[in-house]
Amino acid sequence: MNPKEIIARRVAKEFKDGDVVNLGIGLPTMVADYVSEDIEILLQSENGFVGLGPAPEEHLVEKDLVNAGGQPVTIKAGGMFFDSAMSFSIIRGGHLDATVLGALQVDEKGNLANWMIPGKLVPGMGGAMDLVGGAKKVIVAMQHTAKGDHKIMKECNLPLTGRGKVSKIITEMGVMEITEKGLLLTEYNPEFTLEEIQEATEAQLIISESLSEMI
Amino acid sequence: MKKKITIDAAVNMIEDGMTLMIGGFMAVGSPHKLIDALLKSGKKDLTIICNDTGFVDQGVGKLVVNNQVKKVIASHIGTNKETGRQMNEGLLEVELVPQGTLAEQVRAGGAGLGGVLTPIGIGTPVEDGKEIIEVDGERYILAKAMKADIALIHGSVVDEKGNIFYNQSTRNFNPLMASAAEVVIVEAEKIVKSGELDPHLIATPGLFVSHIVEGAE
Repeated sequence: MNPKEIIARRVAKEFKDGDVVNLGIGLPTMVADYVSEDIEILLQSENGFVGLGPAPEEHLVEKDLVNAGGQPVTIKAGGMFFDSAMSFSIIRGGHLDATVLGALQVDEKGNLANWMIPGKLVPGMGGAMDLVGGAKKVIVAMQHTAKGDHKIMKECNLPLTGRGKVSKIITEMGVMEITEKGLLLTEYNPEFTLEEIQEATEAQLIISESLSEMI
Repeated sequence: MKKKITIDAAVNMIEDGMTLMIGGFMAVGSPHKLIDALLKSGKKDLTIICNDTGFVDQGVGKLVVNNQVKKVIASHIGTNKETGRQMNEGLLEVELVPQGTLAEQVRAGGAGLGGVLTPIGIGTPVEDGKEIIEVDGERYILAKAMKADIALIHGSVVDEKGNIFYNQSTRNFNPLMASAAEVVIVEAEKIVKSGELDPHLIATPGLFVSHIVEGAE
């Protein structure tokens, strides 16, 4: 399995039947493909609907139906459309059980940076700040490092998207929970040693007493 | 009252330096023909309030590429490299606003409110320079209401009175912007007679709409 698939498969286990979930652009979008058939989750799309379904076959693409990344998608039975104010009432108002987002950096205090690199990249926050601030559970899903550079930090040094809001970090190396004591490694990928995982992490990992394999 | 006008007549209402709201999300649900006509008109120094600056060849982004925009207020500019380039070179002022805050600022503008209090952005650079108001021990950013001189919006099916039905994900910011500008011009993919739209399906009341122009089907 490639790293992205490992991450997406593990994130998909975070949901329970009936959850309302928003998946970010990129890797988080892949999570939908791995959700168990035994549960039903309702996917929310910032641009204004719930019941987000997979991409259609090319000849079934509808120009008016896209996800928040502008990609053609479908709407499932039971879904519905609304405007941006309603969309963000759902997101900000505590009606979203979980959101899955990528990160440029995330730290042991649950701070997240994913909207700009000063002087280099300023795409804007889009709906990310609202998602991080409003969802009941914020899951960061990303590759553990940026080509070897640390992304899981003691303290983020990039401008923040949200402060103290991240609940869990899931990478191809392991699963980490943000706790009052620090970053708790609860699951790990046995392809890596604990030393290798720590080396790829700037923050100090606390190893859970009930540490298990993530795959 | 007859609301239908030509695209040229619509663009003639826009003056250099005006503040426009333009509907759409990643160029879906944007008034494409109005944008193209505005492009040809060469009107300049515009301030544009929109969710995102689309792409270099689609949506609001074309106006940025054509150097007609002085300031953009948006939540996302990442899909249009030209917006970033002009911003970095000091040619374009960009105010980035969290998407949900932007939606509420526009809604407040149309709803007769002075603004809204939001916790989103607290503890981030978004709170810099903003008024912070504490309510029951929680800190909130005061996000002031936004209004525009003219809103250019999209409608999938619009009746002669200006009542609008939005197909699928084209709704996004359009209904909010329809309430928040002095003049509201809707570009209709299809125009139907009054009474032909099921009132249950109308998401924007025609009373907000000043003018209707014919768009592309």
